[in-house]
Amino acid sequence: MKYLENCRIVSQEEISPGIFDMNLQTADIAGICRPGQFVMVYPQDGKRILPRPISICGADPESRTLRLVYRVTGPNTGTGEFSGYVSGDMIRISGPMGNGFDMDISGDETVLIAGGGIGIPPMLFTARNLNCKKVIVLGYRSDTFLAGEFGQNGDVFIATEDGSCGTPGNVLDAIRENGLKADRVYACGPKPMLRALASWAEANGIPCYISLEERMACGIGACLSCVCGSRETDAHTNVRNKRVCKDGPVFLSTEVEL
Amino acid sequence: MTSTKVSIAGVELKNPVMTASGTFGSGEEFSEYYSLDSLGAVVTKGVASEPWPGNPVPRIAETYGGMLNAIGLQNPGIDVFLQRDLPLLRKSDTKIVVNVCGRTEEDYVKVVERLSGEPVDLLEINVSCPNVKEGGIAFGQNPGALQHITEEVKKHAAQPVIMKLSPNVTDIAEMARAAEAGGADAVSLINTLTGMKIDIYRRTFTLANRTGGLSGPAIRPVAVRMVYQAAHAVKLPVIGMGGITCAEDAIEFMMAGATAVAVGTANFMNPFAASDIARGITRFMVEQGIEDIRDIIGAAC
Repeated sequence: MKYLENCRIVSQEEISPGIFDMNLQTADIAGICRPGQFVMVYPQDGKRILPRPISICGADPESRTLRLVYRVTGPNTGTGEFSGYVSGDMIRISGPMGNGFDMDISGDETVLIAGGGIGIPPMLFTARNLNCKKVIVLGYRSDTFLAGEFGQNGDVFIATEDGSCGTPGNVLDAIRENGLKADRVYACGPKPMLRALASWAEANGIPCYISLEERMACGIGACLSCVCGSRETDAHTNVRNKRVCKDGPVFLSTEVEL
Repeated sequence: MTSTKVSIAGVELKNPVMTASGTFGSGEEFSEYYSLDSLGAVVTKGVASEPWPGNPVPRIAETYGGMLNAIGLQNPGIDVFLQRDLPLLRKSDTKIVVNVCGRTEEDYVKVVERLSGEPVDLLEINVSCPNVKEGGIAFGQNPGALQHITEEVKKHAAQPVIMKLSPNVTDIAEMARAAEAGGADAVSLINTLTGMKIDIYRRTFTLANRTGGLSGPAIRPVAVRMVYQAAHAVKLPVIGMGGITCAEDAIEFMMAGATAVAVGTANFMNPFAASDIARGITRFMVEQGIEDIRDIIGAAC
């Protein structure tokens, strides 16, 4: 079941330059969404017709509030429009979309949770809901937004490109410097990071689940805008590609072409 | 009593609202939002004789009040469509229009023949996709070629045939007449307008295909004009589409001469769009004291 809801914005603040933290009051979506899923957020300016896929950073099933942390991608963009909204404003969203991460992991397993840049917000939702051992690795350019909130969920390792915090470099540099090990990887971030993590996981013989992004229109698997290459013929599309919005956004790294 | 029934080539639709091919899959995904029973017809995404992988990504780009797409007619092929998609769609109480695509005349004929014994109400022949190199548009920009493919399809079709016309032509009336001369039972228009977007930061094309088809509210006045011209050029029923986002837009097309309308890009702007528009048409009729929807077809004169 999918919902289209007109939600009241409970709060919004800029938590880092260009990174906005928006909390919404939903009727149903926050009660049923899972980590790794996303929502479509509809611009109101008529010149922008397509909803924007935004990952879910948190959801409280009790109060039904939904948390979206997103980056403004530039001037005259949909995310730029969203960033101008204040508490009390209404915004339309639809979801929940996509498959999400498998949360049914045994307590003995260690999951390496990796997030890079604006791929970090969905990994906070994931870290908070996984009931197993967790190692968390976060990669930033510089400002370590949201890093403080990961603390209660496991050991946190940080990498920054400018070396201002943690390991200088990227997520893989932090993994190697700290000799981190895990039984599986859950990751969201830029493609080069996902590629590097996938080959690291493959070399270590562990499964690596990655969350992909692509330009979307419908968000539900109907329009076939957001496909990614798959290594085998996909059961649904009957060709070698998969729908990021519906079959993903989370894929086993070995089933897709990165 | 308000009647929203319209008829296309003898097929009665409970209301004039259809979905535009390519924006609605085969209906399954949108049925997570609402019952497809509320629609006059579902028009499927283009189906070919074999699976087609489509174009590389990015396949879409937003533009002012519209969007460009170059999906490249990705589809699972007629076998999977018949085994999986059609039975699912059959569960809904709505008419089924299968959009047929191909690269060659034989491709179209193959699909049409496979559909002949199937529970399908109408066929829509896509001779107007701007995003594939062969076939598609090659048949849709030349009146002689359009008439010929229409004749070939009609020879093998068990269901009434709608020819979907391209707006990327000099004279839409001439194309509509060519479809009529070829024996078409109806025409639908407009497909998308060929466009291009440049990514100024990367100094290259936004779409991997370089060009794409423009759709959305930005194209509506062009579409209304072409529907008007086509409706006045032929005796066939015309299915109007191009940027319809609300009931008022749909009524505008009908007054321009369309017997039915299709909702496409608006399904992305609001997943309930097609269903909302069907309801909105009834509301408009009640408000305006219109008893039979057919009374507004071609009302603008």
